[in-house]
Amino acid sequence: MAEMTRRRGLTGYLLLVPGVVWLALFFVIPFYSLVAASLFDPGGSVFSGYEMTWHVQNYWDALKEYGKPNSWSDWGPLLRSFWYAGLSTVICLVLGYVLAYAIAFKAGRWKNLMLVLVIAPFFTSFLVRTLAWKLILGDDGPVVSVLQAVHILGADGRLLATPVAVIAGIVYNFLPFMVLPLYASLDKIDHRLIEASGDLYANPFVGFFKVTWPLSLPGVVSGTLLTFIPAAGDYINAQLLGSTNQRMIGNVIQNLFTDANDYPAAAALSMILMVVIIAMVLFYVRRAGTEELL
Amino acid sequence: MSSPADLADQGAARATARTDSFDGLRLENVTKSFGSFTAVDDLDLDVPRGSFFALLGPSGCGKTTTLRMVAGLETPTSGGITLAGNDITYAKPYKRPVNTVFQSYALFPHLDIHENVAFGLKRRKVGNVDAQVTEMLELVELESQARKKPAQLSGGQQQRVALARALINKPEVLLLDEPLGALDLKLRRNMQLELKRIQTEVGLTFIHVTHDQEEAMTMADTVAVMNAGVIEQMGAPQELYENPRTTFVANFLGQSNLIGGTIKSRAADVVTVDMHGVDVSIPAARCHADGDEGWIGIRPEKVLIGDPGEQLDAPGNSIPGGVVTDVSFVGVSTQYQVRMPWGQEIQVFAQNTGHRRIYRPGESVELSWRPDYAFLLDASQDAKAGAQEGTD
Amino acid sequence: MRWLREHVVLILGIAILLYTFIPIFVVVLMSFNDPSSRLIYRFDGFTMDNWLHPCEPEGLCSALGTSIQISLLATLGSTILGTLMAFALVRHDFLGRSSMNLLIFLPMATPEIVMGSSLLALFVATGFSGQLGFWTILIAHIMFCVSFVVVTVRARLAGMDDNLEQAAMDLYATPRETFWRITFPLVFPGILGAALLSFSLSFDDFIITNLNAGNTTTFPMYVWGVAQRGIPMQVNVVGTVMFAISVLIVVGGELNNRRRSKALATAS
Repeated sequence: MAEMTRRRGLTGYLLLVPGVVWLALFFVIPFYSLVAASLFDPGGSVFSGYEMTWHVQNYWDALKEYGKPNSWSDWGPLLRSFWYAGLSTVICLVLGYVLAYAIAFKAGRWKNLMLVLVIAPFFTSFLVRTLAWKLILGDDGPVVSVLQAVHILGADGRLLATPVAVIAGIVYNFLPFMVLPLYASLDKIDHRLIEASGDLYANPFVGFFKVTWPLSLPGVVSGTLLTFIPAAGDYINAQLLGSTNQRMIGNVIQNLFTDANDYPAAAALSMILMVVIIAMVLFYVRRAGTEELL
Repeated sequence: MSSPADLADQGAARATARTDSFDGLRLENVTKSFGSFTAVDDLDLDVPRGSFFALLGPSGCGKTTTLRMVAGLETPTSGGITLAGNDITYAKPYKRPVNTVFQSYALFPHLDIHENVAFGLKRRKVGNVDAQVTEMLELVELESQARKKPAQLSGGQQQRVALARALINKPEVLLLDEPLGALDLKLRRNMQLELKRIQTEVGLTFIHVTHDQEEAMTMADTVAVMNAGVIEQMGAPQELYENPRTTFVANFLGQSNLIGGTIKSRAADVVTVDMHGVDVSIPAARCHADGDEGWIGIRPEKVLIGDPGEQLDAPGNSIPGGVVTDVSFVGVSTQYQVRMPWGQEIQVFAQNTGHRRIYRPGESVELSWRPDYAFLLDASQDAKAGAQEGTD
Repeated sequence: MRWLREHVVLILGIAILLYTFIPIFVVVLMSFNDPSSRLIYRFDGFTMDNWLHPCEPEGLCSALGTSIQISLLATLGSTILGTLMAFALVRHDFLGRSSMNLLIFLPMATPEIVMGSSLLALFVATGFSGQLGFWTILIAHIMFCVSFVVVTVRARLAGMDDNLEQAAMDLYATPRETFWRITFPLVFPGILGAALLSFSLSFDDFIITNLNAGNTTTFPMYVWGVAQRGIPMQVNVVGTVMFAISVLIVVGGELNNRRRSKALATAS
């Protein structure tokens, strides 16, 4: 019996207890607190205390306020978050796939170095890097000057405070979350399969979509999830690179908690975000047929 | 490694149940189940001290589980294991004088070769470790590699390190779990000879688990053929090959033609069997069939092939009416498939001595064999048991 | 042309890699900036002042100190909790394995804003809203780092040939000796990697921290605060140092790996 034999008995439980207790106390139970807070009487405050009134109306109010589009150009924070996150995920997938493919199949002995370089920039503070982008994409910055010179942007056109800057920031910040899982599944593919596909299909693109792409699907699924989920909840890029017109749901929740002190509304919005994400993830994972992820 | 006195007492008590003073390894009524699956079923086995013993069988037959129970890595569901009279059934692996050479070698990747080999001695707080390690590395001809890490060695070298790491402890029994499986054919042949040499040199009991029948026959002085958790037959390699008792052994060790027949008469020294209208005789000592029906077994290389009516060098059994359906020339021999009148295809291996011509497909031939070479197996067994599983 | 066709993917890959370094160049450059005004964020001139006086901006170094303390403690806590769990998951049998996997997966799949707000909701509900600060941040950081530790250490453990431990036992090592001489040294690189990951996750976290920090200020919170007003160039000094340290650790580890890669090839 070559397979791994797992020991039975008390030790396993003892090893689990500290971590499970921690996660239960500070991850699971807080969810109940969040659900409870989302049903509090909205008339209360942090200072006077909240009353549990099963005020389901909080959800409708939150959806009405933040969940419906105001106009064709203003989708409201909730829809905008998913739109930005979705578009960023697609761009990340394209960039990340090229990079992961290059590392897995083309980098040769530079493979490890390139992998290290993928991660290296992300050890520098998220915020400091985003501020650097603010400078690069700024009105006097090099990107805007070039774009103005070639007339893609008008003379007073700008990138900051536009969806372009926010999405660019999100793409940049979450790229490694896409590259690493993609690399992991591409690296497992037997090179001979790819060579064989080169023999079978005259067109390399056909070969790619018949062989490489299907084999890399587990990486695609986990990469897109790892990018989309944090991107949908992010507000740092929207805050630093955007304006109030690019507010995402994270900005709203953050403001409601820290500035407006409207806990019931903030909690309801958090719940809505979580539920929508879970629904989308389940649908997506089922469609992609890779439930092993969980 | 002297065993604690209480264990010795228990062992002695147990040993009186059967013949005393057996100083080898003994398994008595050993059963091992994993859930509803019985890997080893009521196994009895005596391995004499100093022997090279092979446990041969297809994968999943229970041979590795048996080995792991001897090593202490599994505990029998029931039954007992004694070593030189001491009960070791429930002894921890680190408390029994048994060492294992693992199939994957299981060399410690973070330790160098010297440290790997020294590992067992250091755990037992034996003195003079360095000198012993050097000596052992000389035995396996790796003294120049002592400071390398396992991954820097070739497969054959790693195998020798694994062997040295186990041997240095001078265990009473050395277990080898398909240790040559990962090597290529040429290296495997060399290692087989080397293992045999080392075993003769150090004189320990070796138990070698393998699914490679040639390897088992080349190396071991006793081979036990195992199938579905039980031992089908045990004995010297030649005895097993020449006189198999079950269809499984007949097919798993080499190849056999098994032809259905009805027993006509049983005399004291010879049994006559009607084989599709031809009378064939088989020595009584080679008959392992109880009922009226049986499988007549004959090895392909024992079958002679000739022209119809030709008097072949086989007084006795001569079977006419064959037609050659397939010929393959393999150099030292020519392998024929001959369709018999009753529809069965018989395999014939003819030595290319140059004295006989090579037949072509479609030619009519007559087959013949000496009665001493045939054997008779019980008809209740599956004639295909063990077939084709012998070749990896 | 043929050369180009064969290397186009690699060239694109390197281009994308270079793109990820653009902000780093800016951060390093701006760390030497001599700004003419606090409000205009652009490169005006070269100076070493920011490097010579990193603590000049009020609150920066104390925020940095707080962050380092929290990150070290969070790394310690989450690495211990996560490593124990990883051992249990790989080596032990217990009831509720699938719900355990879910419990470990979920924190990684939950948006930070949701985790942060639910923790805040808990602290408020239990009357700790007045005590938000160092300890609540630490609690939160350990919580979200644990899963990453479990996943990293588990991968290392699962990739380990369990024959190695059996071989050690077979060679007269007691379970304790087997653990300390074989298992632990082989899993250690995984634990170290998990600790580094925890440290950087904890050090960099803003969203969860910001909701549960009370009056305590961590380095990301400091940056967030000054981003609205005018950014002192010393922030870029910190960014550059962080980058340099991480590159040293990662490249050092990589060199070490390369030296021993052959030797460890069978372990991973």
